[in-house]
Amino acid sequence: MSPVLDVRDLSVRFDTRDGTVRAVDGVSFALEEGETLGLVGESGSGKSVTNLALLGLVPSPPGVVERGEVLFDGRDLLALPPRELRKLRGDRVSMIFQDPMTSLNPLLTVGRQLTEVLEVHRGMSRRDARKKAAAGLADVGIPAPEARLDAYPHELSGGMRQRVMIAMALLCDPKVLIADEPTTALDVTIQAQILELLQDLQAKHGTAIVMITHDLGVVAGMADRVNVMYAGRVVETAPTRDLFRAPAHPYTRALLASIPRLSSSPDEDLAAIPGAPPDLADLPPGCAFGPRCERVRDACRTAVPALAALRASLRSNADRRAACIDADALHEAGTAAHAAPDGHREDRR
Amino acid sequence: MTPPLLEVRGLTKRFPVGGRSLLGKPRGWLEAVRDVSFDLERGRSLGLVGESGCGKSTTARTIIGLHRATAGSVRLDGEELTGLTRRGWLPYRRRVQMVFQDPYASLDPRQTVASILAEPLAIHGLAKPRDRKLRALALLEAVGLNPRHVNRYPHEFSGGQRQRIGVARALALEPDLLICDEPVSALDVSIQAQILNLLKELQERFGLAYLFIAHDLAVVRHLCDEVCVMYLGRVVERASRDDLFRDPRHPYSRALLSAVPLADPEAEAERRRIVLEGDVPSPTNPPTGCAFHPRCPDRERVPGDLCRAECPSLRARADGRVHACHLEAPAGAAAARIQA
Repeated sequence: MSPVLDVRDLSVRFDTRDGTVRAVDGVSFALEEGETLGLVGESGSGKSVTNLALLGLVPSPPGVVERGEVLFDGRDLLALPPRELRKLRGDRVSMIFQDPMTSLNPLLTVGRQLTEVLEVHRGMSRRDARKKAAAGLADVGIPAPEARLDAYPHELSGGMRQRVMIAMALLCDPKVLIADEPTTALDVTIQAQILELLQDLQAKHGTAIVMITHDLGVVAGMADRVNVMYAGRVVETAPTRDLFRAPAHPYTRALLASIPRLSSSPDEDLAAIPGAPPDLADLPPGCAFGPRCERVRDACRTAVPALAALRASLRSNADRRAACIDADALHEAGTAAHAAPDGHREDRR
Repeated sequence: MTPPLLEVRGLTKRFPVGGRSLLGKPRGWLEAVRDVSFDLERGRSLGLVGESGCGKSTTARTIIGLHRATAGSVRLDGEELTGLTRRGWLPYRRRVQMVFQDPYASLDPRQTVASILAEPLAIHGLAKPRDRKLRALALLEAVGLNPRHVNRYPHEFSGGQRQRIGVARALALEPDLLICDEPVSALDVSIQAQILNLLKELQERFGLAYLFIAHDLAVVRHLCDEVCVMYLGRVVERASRDDLFRDPRHPYSRALLSAVPLADPEAEAERRRIVLEGDVPSPTNPPTGCAFHPRCPDRERVPGDLCRAECPSLRARADGRVHACHLEAPAGAAAARIQA
């Protein structure tokens, strides 16, 4: 099956007063129909800029998409004229942002914002669009959808606003939905509702989802596949279960070990990662994670390791890659620890 | 018997809303905190958890005197704190300090770290000016920062380092009680563990008590001995850490715990999540009876109209568990246990 979205060697730089910042550096991934890809990373890892670049929304200046292709339906979105891209955006490729309060227009009713999408992309009459908009609100579980059409965003709760955003994003049955921290601003019981809703809608429409988040729990429950980003690069990519079971990049491994869990022993210290994420305008030579990595060696400081297939994945069909010269050793140690019952607990600490 | 370090009884905080009428009376009231009670012993940690609007931050701010309590009492070592004037608060302020959520907003960008750390000492007249600098250096050391950076400004530090400065400032007066309001939620994931470990280490070293407010239940579990779960201004369950996370009793606690995404795909695939319907109601117009009843999955099990008619009180059950539900124990309590 050919992927619905194929991103190749995407690179974005920002020219700032402090120098050139390479926010996204050679990022590639592909997304199949109905698949959910998690993009995980901390602030400055490039996950959100990747998302903006996919949609042609990188602010320019100072942003420059240096190179790369984003293939959708056989066309390179990065090469499309702005008019053509606008036609696709919100129609075949859609997005949800973190904060529904700032991404909905406070001066327009919910109904007007929804019908506008349908009038622009589908050429519907106001009346038909209104009917379809109400159906869209009903789909995302908003009670009394007809009445809600006349509400302004501030009259709705955070969870309801996020539902409106999702309804708007799904109005035109997109093939690809890009969700940038869609539940980060929400409370945990509301987050559970929204995640469940996204999964239901995906099952119904076969939408492919790019889920950008810093929350490893959200990724574990939602994503089929995960890309871990650090300092603008993908440092590891793997099917979700494999990634959590036996991470192959030291950063992934350290990140998984550092978070407190409901299943961990609360009396032990957390395995904190020393230091802080690097300044993108002043990256260390070689591997960007090197200065925080407990396995760092001289070779790590000379060249940036490529995102290469794991030895184990060459034997099986799982596409697992990591950007570390020690990736195979780490992965094999992780797999062995996971197989042994005692090591299992140790590994999940 | 010696009183507990912090004793909170029936604490209630109301805010006027909707402006005032011609006669100067408020048009409505928002009861942000209602009848909250708990004890906190020296060297122990109590977590307040709940969703936005549940009153956990208002509880903390009322305890520390940033809001004036509408009713109830807050005692520190047996001495009443509510009703104190600003001046009256001064001696207690030394003993109760606060760490804020946002390390970017809670440090003055125009002060050096040295002056940020010396200011509380100066206000309380605690050290001679030349000793204050030495104290600042010792504090930086205690929170894991390089003492050589004492003359830097906040913007020269990363988020995690700034939060360390916030902790150092709170420690400057050698308090007994530290109120931490979401101290790690603004930090990057890889930095949170550093701060949590630091808080634990400092607690052991200085015998601090923590009142810890967080929405992240895994963080609370890691740091707290006891937890109060709040919903719409009230405590609905109070339990030891192990009791709550192993076997939550109140239907809301159970739903809250089951909603937390687990960073484990296999556990995620197996778990049964209790997805609550609807939103948290507005505190200006709370439901009658039990505030949770419109969303409660166990409502059907209570006979008649009890949940809508009467607010259940927070009380101890035969097995010692404390929660506020008309039901003694949740449906299939043993079966529905959160797998540890």
